[in-house]
Amino acid sequence: MALPTPPPPLVFGPITRTHIVRYQGASGDFQPIHHDEPFAKEAGYDAPLVVGMLPAGLLTTWATDWLGPANVRRSRVRWTERVWPGDTLTVDGTVEREYEEDAQRRVDLALQARNQEGAVVVRGWMTFVVM
Amino acid sequence: MVAKESLGATGTPFTIPLEQGKIREYATAIGSTHPEYLDAETPVVPAHFLTTTFFWEGATGNPWDRVEMSQQRGMHAEQEYVFHGEPPRAGTKLTATSRIDAIYEKTSRSGSTLTFVEMLTEFRDPEGALVAEAKMTAVETGETDGGET
Repeated sequence: MALPTPPPPLVFGPITRTHIVRYQGASGDFQPIHHDEPFAKEAGYDAPLVVGMLPAGLLTTWATDWLGPANVRRSRVRWTERVWPGDTLTVDGTVEREYEEDAQRRVDLALQARNQEGAVVVRGWMTFVVM
Repeated sequence: MVAKESLGATGTPFTIPLEQGKIREYATAIGSTHPEYLDAETPVVPAHFLTTTFFWEGATGNPWDRVEMSQQRGMHAEQEYVFHGEPPRAGTKLTATSRIDAIYEKTSRSGSTLTFVEMLTEFRDPEGALVAEAKMTAVETGETDGGET
């Protein structure tokens, strides 16, 4: 059985402060550096820094649209660049390996989100079971 | 400065109810419109959802403070989630236990010491079966590095 056709890249942005506070509200992480402009400036930044779990979550959104939320078995992410309000991220990934484990067919994906300059801001690796 | 004696520190186990509304809210925040998250009565949790429970929990469940990582020189480097079967669904009550699982050093390209700390959290169902694990890796850069937060 062939895998379903991968979806087109997920384009998210330009990221607004509303996107940030929606994530922070959903997660309960109210670290002020991500939404409090005076606090962020005090810390030496020009703007609030986008909370890293938001771009990390976009990787999983692209992949679960393709292979299904219930089929996720592993997800690992590594942050590589900061993300700022106004950035637009483009997410996609590729199949690294297809194999059998515990009598189930599995695929390992390698994923990344790039900003508008093409820099990778977060990399991810996910495993799904597939029918 | 990382407190090496925090290795093995374990938080008090805490229970986390998985709720449909919080799952929907989280899925929407990460740009998902998948009906299995938004329309299902008992949706599975999104892949990175389980660690959000830390922010609703008191400090006793979370041994991270004992690491005493520098706020200026420490940063979140990696995060990993493993599911032993389908991700848990809304309506499930899990018990989470976190411990400081590893502390190790590496030398950076500029020759300074990088200290890595891993915190592992186990999520178990009411029967005690291991449902999921989450591993957070954070790194503190050496005193002489420019460092990032």
